[in-house]
Amino acid sequence: MAQMTMIQALRSAMDVMLDRNPEVVVFGEDVGYFGGVFRCTEGLQAKYGKTRVFDTPISEGGIVGVAVGMGAYGLRPVAEIQFADYFYPASDQLVSEAARLRHRSAGDFTCPITVRMPCGGGIYGGQTHSQSPEALFTHVCGLRTVLPSNPYDAKGLLISAIENDDPVIFLEPKRIYNGPFDGHHDKPVVPWSKHPLGEVPEGYYTVPLESAKIFRPGQDVTVIAYGTMVWVAEAAANESGIDAEIVDLRSLWPMDLDTMVESVKKTGRCVIVHEATRTSGFGAELLSLVQEHCFYDLEAPIVRVTGWDTPYPHAQEWAYFPGPERVGEALARVMEAS
Amino acid sequence: MPMDRRSPLRLHVPEPTGRPGQLTDFSYLHLSPAGAVRRPQLDTPVQKTGDLCYALVRVLDDDGQAKGPWNPKLSPEVLKQGLRGMVRTRVFDARMLVAQRQKKISFYMQSLGEEAIGTAHSMALGPGDMNFPTYRQQSLLLARDDAPMVEMICQLLSNERDPLKGRQLPVMYSYKKLGFFSISGNLATQFIQAVGWAMASAIKGDTRIASGWIGDGSTAEADFHTALTFAHVYRAPVILNVVNNQWAISSFQAIAGGEGSTFAARGVGCGIASLRVDGNDFLAVYGASCWAAERARRNLGPTLIEWLTYRAGAHSTSDDPTKYRPADDWERFPLGDPIERLKRHLIAIGAWSEEQHAAMQKEVEAEVVAAQKEAERFGSLADGHLFSNSTMFDDVFEDVPDHLRRQRRQLGV
Ligand SMILES: Cc1ncc(C[n+]2csc(CCOP(=O)(O)OP(=O)(O)O)c2C)c(N)n1
Ligand SMILES: [Mg+2]
Repeated sequence: MAQMTMIQALRSAMDVMLDRNPEVVVFGEDVGYFGGVFRCTEGLQAKYGKTRVFDTPISEGGIVGVAVGMGAYGLRPVAEIQFADYFYPASDQLVSEAARLRHRSAGDFTCPITVRMPCGGGIYGGQTHSQSPEALFTHVCGLRTVLPSNPYDAKGLLISAIENDDPVIFLEPKRIYNGPFDGHHDKPVVPWSKHPLGEVPEGYYTVPLESAKIFRPGQDVTVIAYGTMVWVAEAAANESGIDAEIVDLRSLWPMDLDTMVESVKKTGRCVIVHEATRTSGFGAELLSLVQEHCFYDLEAPIVRVTGWDTPYPHAQEWAYFPGPERVGEALARVMEAS
Repeated sequence: MPMDRRSPLRLHVPEPTGRPGQLTDFSYLHLSPAGAVRRPQLDTPVQKTGDLCYALVRVLDDDGQAKGPWNPKLSPEVLKQGLRGMVRTRVFDARMLVAQRQKKISFYMQSLGEEAIGTAHSMALGPGDMNFPTYRQQSLLLARDDAPMVEMICQLLSNERDPLKGRQLPVMYSYKKLGFFSISGNLATQFIQAVGWAMASAIKGDTRIASGWIGDGSTAEADFHTALTFAHVYRAPVILNVVNNQWAISSFQAIAGGEGSTFAARGVGCGIASLRVDGNDFLAVYGASCWAAERARRNLGPTLIEWLTYRAGAHSTSDDPTKYRPADDWERFPLGDPIERLKRHLIAIGAWSEEQHAAMQKEVEAEVVAAQKEAERFGSLADGHLFSNSTMFDDVFEDVPDHLRRQRRQLGV
């Protein structure tokens, strides 16, 4: 075991897989010599050489396009999009190509690629360094979407993603790269080096896809969350004194429906939290699923806490970010209803 | 070919000629001497201008003499105005960097070393023309006599006088009235938009032209190539500027496709007249910009210009270039410092002196300090004097639809 930040854990996952599997290649903008703007690939080019870890031209469409081609050849590309906000030029390659290659060729070709991208706000990044576009991926049949909330899961999930034969969108909440941020922006963040979930095995292990985790057991209400919002939800539960059970989805789609449904059936109440904009956000899908599967067990209407339906503002960031106060209010609201 | 004669394939991954601790070999730049490159008639068929994309248009030589056919023959007054514009840009950048370090502003991007390009280009354009800039073309604004410096600093401070209401990262200005399109954080998108604006001007029989901007690294995006195609097809009245400052964050221009070719050469393949120009040479920038603008105005079509320069500073305040390139690269960059070069020229023609330069520098510094003081009266992100939270719901749509009213109420503002 070693103490790792999320960045180190992600790097360790790529390191392990580059070492174990000669088909793994890692590339993206600034990923090679420099090691990525968030340093996730630092040292990997020096260790594995320029033909396995390299810089690409600034072309997200190109990055995903070559990944699809390399995957068709038999490699396992791990591509980095510098910020999730910049994946849009790659939309066609992801939606029309990567996602459907297996289906349209009836399994003749597959697309075993992993596309990593930092997402989420909380760093004063403004509207083009803060987005959470997960719903755009979960809406596409054939893409897997994964979003870890801590270093241990990040490494285990990334290894699973790389080993998976389907295209995986691997979203990394950048605000918790260095420590579990709970939304209290005026307080210092505990670094991962002082957190049990920063304890990460140095070698190979996996966290399976499509498996959610009960992050915090509780009796009164289920909070469904992922990424940074798991930590915000935990703070809200602790501060409100409401005994919330927090389900960390980890894999957004395909997902672990059973864990979520079981929890809501147990508590009879449900709050869904994400940082992304509200309308047609992934929360809408989660809410439908809970409604479809738990309707007769529900004691209160399901409540969503999300980002507002506006671009992520730069200066008014904390009025936008759904912090512990807003989550706490939602918890109180579902507890009041009967 | 028989199987046994095939040798293993190899992947080529370009490298810069210098990394930290080494000396960059700048011979890859392939310079031409000042005055050596021909200046074709404006209406020369594009097929007959292909040589220009591998040469380098230069006017100022190492002794500060102006040479050859691209010399725009400007009056000393205009030259001094250009010098002042460049100095203003540099002083502004330097002060804003300090303000960023003092945590008054959250983020900054300087244009150190690239001041001649936007300065001379903006002087060569006319009123009503529209730039579609990147985040490193502040000189287009700052070179103007009417540079809205106080407002610009308010934008950087994200304060209650920020014209963009705190929505955008610092430096992402928008100034329609000054011919400066709203800057996007998503690279290259503006390049094709510039072509569309120019097409619109042509559709309407207007006389205004557009000027699109992109960095060397961003030419890899599809929008760059799309822009060349549309500009050529519709003979759009647009100037397509590629600022080749050798770096795109940590990746060298060869990673964008500069190795063994030039960015100007991209245009030739698309049927666009294309120039490769010394971007640190105020006179060359002015001369080439006028050539391109005149061609656009006479319905002779688009011109692509690769401006050769060097990103002397860090990519942004989040970047540390000593990690990936030699620290002394800029001092050794063969095209020198654009301000020093124009100053030397003005002195050489007897129109300027070191004393005058020092006095002008002082004046400009006072001007920027005064603007900063004025802007800081309206607060900053750090002290919380921002546009109110409720304003984030405005301008998503023309009006504020019901769902946003409800969300605004929920926020309690
Ligand atoms: C679509 C997109 N991809 C990636 C980025 C991240 N990014 C911002 S600036 C930059 C480098 C751009 O380099 P270049 O075009 O050479 O311009 P320069 O910074 O040198 O002026 C990158 C990769 C982005 N902003 N948008
Ligand atoms: Mg560049």
